[in-house]
Amino acid sequence: MDSFFSIYVWPGIIMVAQSLLLLVCLLVFIAYILLADRKIWAAVQLRRGPNVVGPFGLFQSFADLLKFVFKEPVIPAGANKGVFLLAPLVAVTLALATWAVIPLADSWVIANINVGILYVFAISSLEVYGIIMGGWASNSKYPFLGALRSAAQMVSYEVSIGFVIVTVLLCVGSLNLTDIVNAQHDGLGTMMGLPASFLDWHWLALFPMFVVFFISALAETNRPPFDLPEAESELVAGFMVEYGSTPYMMFMLGEYAAICLMCALTTILFLGGWLPPVDIAILNWVPGIIWFVLKAGFVFFMFAMVKAFVPRYRYDQLMRLGWKIFLPLSLAMVVITAFVLKLMGWA
Amino acid sequence: MGLQAIFFYLFAFVAVASAFMVISAKNPVHSVLFLILVFFNSAGLFLLTGAEFLAMILLVVYIGAVAVLFLFVVMMLDIDFAELRSGVLQYAPIGILIGLIVAAELVVVIGGSVLTPGAAKAITMPIPNPATRTNTAALGDVLYTNYVYFFQIAGLVLLVAMIGAIVLTLRHRTNIKRQDVSRQVARTPETAVEVVKVKPGQGV
Repeated sequence: MDSFFSIYVWPGIIMVAQSLLLLVCLLVFIAYILLADRKIWAAVQLRRGPNVVGPFGLFQSFADLLKFVFKEPVIPAGANKGVFLLAPLVAVTLALATWAVIPLADSWVIANINVGILYVFAISSLEVYGIIMGGWASNSKYPFLGALRSAAQMVSYEVSIGFVIVTVLLCVGSLNLTDIVNAQHDGLGTMMGLPASFLDWHWLALFPMFVVFFISALAETNRPPFDLPEAESELVAGFMVEYGSTPYMMFMLGEYAAICLMCALTTILFLGGWLPPVDIAILNWVPGIIWFVLKAGFVFFMFAMVKAFVPRYRYDQLMRLGWKIFLPLSLAMVVITAFVLKLMGWA
Repeated sequence: MGLQAIFFYLFAFVAVASAFMVISAKNPVHSVLFLILVFFNSAGLFLLTGAEFLAMILLVVYIGAVAVLFLFVVMMLDIDFAELRSGVLQYAPIGILIGLIVAAELVVVIGGSVLTPGAAKAITMPIPNPATRTNTAALGDVLYTNYVYFFQIAGLVLLVAMIGAIVLTLRHRTNIKRQDVSRQVARTPETAVEVVKVKPGQGV
């Protein structure tokens, strides 16, 4: 009985507590990411953005949460009820499930699995189901068109994301996310004789892949300029037209959780995760989680700026970019990287 | 072992139950969604046996790509399932035959490994210790050395299938306007705009 307690119950309690802590922190973070998104967008357009609820509008997201939760969920009469309600659940569950393997700082990870990056890739490739199911179950034209668009879009850009990940894996030699960050301790900078710094991170050595990954991440999360599944000028709100109140909020939550995940993934793959920008004592005293959040926040700032600057792509242009430009480019980079690693004996 | 057994029965039960739902569901889209559930639980079973790489590849390839296209097609087609189902007895003999063949093969494989446990080990590579060599690396060790030609041939077969699909569906339509980005970019004010001085009282 004693061994039963020490093998199952105690680790189980610890794991649940860790997951809850991560989820709560993540949800609060998402609430403020949402606010930041709106504030940045407003600032670019010389507006003030949300500024009424709380000081500087800091509680706006929580007010929105209450508003969504207390509204009546309306289910269209022709909708396929089960799938209609399942779709937002799938979207939000998958988006949050991926966070189990994300290392936030050295050994700050809930599940340190060997195939971490594959797990992230697999689960984020499932996120398309929330959209397809929602679009189909609504039983209406615009949601269905939005769902079809997004299915094609997300599948297309997954391909180039996959190849970008392969390039990084070639340089690291492991699928474990913690190993990927630790491999960025030394790189281009240390080869030139400099101390460990931000020059060692993969963004410099694999700069074209960094750009491809960033743009593909925008497309994968349906962010502007690739928000064609919900293009309001053509499809009203795409797959979300028939949704309101809590189910709608869950779609939004899933979308922003996926965006945060892509920011975290960019940080891990290209920006050195929790490593300080320069390896000196003062910066090493700062906890790794702070560097991680700062870097992920910077990537999100870029996401928000793109949303504010860039006009929406046309659908055929989106497909052209994905299949005719990113796919050959990333495929070529995989081959080139493998050749360079083999020829220089770095692999 | 207790927890593993619980999860095994959970995954196995859900997989079998949703496999049954795939063939019994009235709505084809529901069938595909249950099929996805089967894949998901099979991935869970792979994880329980320690085949983490296979589990993740199953998720990426089957659920992330194949099933998406499948769902895509099923949603777009307006299939009358009652009509399809009326001919089910016609195909029953073939279905039963295939089922029997698969069952016999399963019996041979499982029976062989139960009767002579050493036989499987003799023909394959020794399984490396998972603590020192990860799943992914161990698969790569075998796949890219002993079986590299088979691997390449499998790739070529897929390539041929892909080219075949493209050839079958490609249509060259002549009188449609296409966007040519390089021509658009190459346009200058000189080639795009014609400045005409029009005298008052006269047309162009």
